[in-house]
Amino acid sequence: MSPFLFWIFALLTLIFGAAVVINRNPVASALSLVASFLGLAALFMSLNAYFIGIIQVLVYAGAVMVLFLFIIMLLDLRAEEGRQINWLTTAGGLAVALILLGQIFSVVRHFAIAHKRFPPLPESTIDDVRNIGAALFGNYNLPFQIVGVLVLVATIGVVLLSKRQPR
Amino acid sequence: MITLGDYLIVSGILFVIGFAGVLLRRNLIIILMALELMLNAANLSLVAFSRFRVGPAGLPDYNVQVFVFFIITVAAAEVAVGLAIIVALYRTRQTTDVNDISSLKF
Repeated sequence: MSPFLFWIFALLTLIFGAAVVINRNPVASALSLVASFLGLAALFMSLNAYFIGIIQVLVYAGAVMVLFLFIIMLLDLRAEEGRQINWLTTAGGLAVALILLGQIFSVVRHFAIAHKRFPPLPESTIDDVRNIGAALFGNYNLPFQIVGVLVLVATIGVVLLSKRQPR
Repeated sequence: MITLGDYLIVSGILFVIGFAGVLLRRNLIIILMALELMLNAANLSLVAFSRFRVGPAGLPDYNVQVFVFFIITVAAAEVAVGLAIIVALYRTRQTTDVNDISSLKF
């Protein structure tokens, strides 16, 4: 991956990620989130994690985004207007976020291996789906089953939550 | 050349954007989106470490990628449950603004 492409996709991810927070209109926020996740998927692929990148596109840009847009449409949310901004809390939140950012920068700068390049991979093709599958169904079989139960519980929970209770 | 630190910095900035979104925005749906951004920032740094830690076979560390797979699954389930809670809340209170939801019981 050339540095040029890396910075393009990193900037895409970060700019659209900031647009999610800055936009007043929830639909625009959701669409910015899709763009941000697509940039992130490209970054995953630049790290030779092709399976994770494709899963990212399928799950986030596909399923989760449709869910967000559907709920925004269902609730008929408009751009929030007329609410006065509490400048004190805004400044406080920004200050906390900036302190966290400074801390992350200083940790990464003093982190010795962070200045090293990525070790080269063999030139042959990487079948990472097979390797991830072998790890998933071999070593991590029990967590995998537990995640299946979790997804089932989430499904039942969503059905129960969205059922109209008789009063 | 691109180093591990560059990916960590991008991931950190993305995490801070999501954190700022959770702190600053008042709309519950936007807060949920910002949470997704934070989860994905963590995924990015995990995948970067996976690529950095090349094993004896000359392949990336796939244990980490299995972990990322689990995070994505759990995040998808979390979004579904969170949005269902928001819909149930909207049905009773007709709002998604966190400032309007200040009582424990109604």
